[in-house]
Amino acid sequence: MLKVRIMPTLLFKDVGLVKGMQFKSDRRIGAALQAVKVYNRREVDELVFFDISATSQTRPPDFKQVDELADECFMPLTVGGGVSTLDHIQDLLAVGADKVCINSAAVLSPELIAEGARRFGRQCIVVGIDARREDGDWRVYTHCGSIQTTQDVVSWARQIESLGAGEIILTSIDNDGMMKGYDVEMTRKVTAAVSIPVVASGGAGEFSHMADALREGGASALAAASMYHFTEKTPLEAKSYLRERGFPMRFPGRF
Amino acid sequence: MARAAIIDYGLCNLDSIRRAIELCEVSAVVISNPDSLKAADYLILPGVGSFGVAMENLKAEGMDQAIHERVRAGNPLLGICLGMHLLGTSSEEGGHFQGLDIIPGEVVLLKERLDDERVPHIGWNTVAAREGEDGFLDAIPPETDFYFVHSYHFKCTQEDHVVAYTPYCGGFASIVRRELVVGTQFHPEKSQRAGQRLLESFLKQ
Repeated sequence: MLKVRIMPTLLFKDVGLVKGMQFKSDRRIGAALQAVKVYNRREVDELVFFDISATSQTRPPDFKQVDELADECFMPLTVGGGVSTLDHIQDLLAVGADKVCINSAAVLSPELIAEGARRFGRQCIVVGIDARREDGDWRVYTHCGSIQTTQDVVSWARQIESLGAGEIILTSIDNDGMMKGYDVEMTRKVTAAVSIPVVASGGAGEFSHMADALREGGASALAAASMYHFTEKTPLEAKSYLRERGFPMRFPGRF
Repeated sequence: MARAAIIDYGLCNLDSIRRAIELCEVSAVVISNPDSLKAADYLILPGVGSFGVAMENLKAEGMDQAIHERVRAGNPLLGICLGMHLLGTSSEEGGHFQGLDIIPGEVVLLKERLDDERVPHIGWNTVAAREGEDGFLDAIPPETDFYFVHSYHFKCTQEDHVVAYTPYCGGFASIVRRELVVGTQFHPEKSQRAGQRLLESFLKQ
């Protein structure tokens, strides 16, 4: 049976990892390489690495850095931030990303999704959607939540699926870093609209929030950052909690 | 020390597979020149990308012929994910393409059977040995999970080439094998200790 993935998320800005808070906070929380080493040792299901300043600074992903991080990853790695050309996708895969997450560039040039899927296979083309609740709906934002688009989250999700996206990382800007729960309603709307996997992101603070995003939101995987960095909670404990509640979780066996 | 050649055809990351092989105490070299295959004991055909582009790249350098020669000479070959698909007869991914035709079978799109099944199949899933399979998975405890990320799967023409199935979209072959040629739909190099154990099994052949 396919297991629910528990995915720690690392937000990188300028020189180190930061804690996100409704996409604004800059609180420093440590070095990326060290965090990757720890998660690798803990055998987490998958790691997400977002370079959140790349797009705003109009620079490409830092391939050398991803190369160094990937060298420590004996686990799947999804990389995002600044991905805006086919060459960026190719170069990230070449240095060790297993999947590449496109966000702002997907809105600006949706053909990148189609071309990326055709060339590299749709399974490695992830589209990140950042959305904010507005007038009873959810509006898609780009550039780390700073630029509003005309897209609502459900029609955008459908559009990127038809273009060839293989997965969606769906982040609630409102809930990001607040540790009060995922936006379950938005997650449910998106998972009902598409048939590709959806990763719920933004807002996890308690294990019960994760159960809600799975049971009510229909998510395939759960991204979380602050919860692991600012509480004693670990991905392994999250999995034990969810297994006890009947969700299929993976526990690396003894060898 | 035995030598493994990781075949580079321009689409994918090879560092993780190289490091995983070296942990098995087999030296690993990344090669893109067909002549270099001759010095290798083991052949690894990794894979990220789409079938048509990959086959085109293999053929452009004559790598397809070099692989056939080594397989005929009795060298073990491991195809991973798309690399597994390339071992087959043909693929419907993005059109219709001929494969290396080392293990008879077709590569077809996964189709959801249950409400909660989504394609692509991404994440950790069980690999269960086919009943009567000849022991390739003996070192792997039952119910062990491996990491998958794919939309297409390998449909074997002969059931006895299937080593293991994975219960998703009605069940698909997650390990295939014909003599010393093995294909895995999952990524052993991303499957932590379970993947390492599987690579060891292959490299003991």
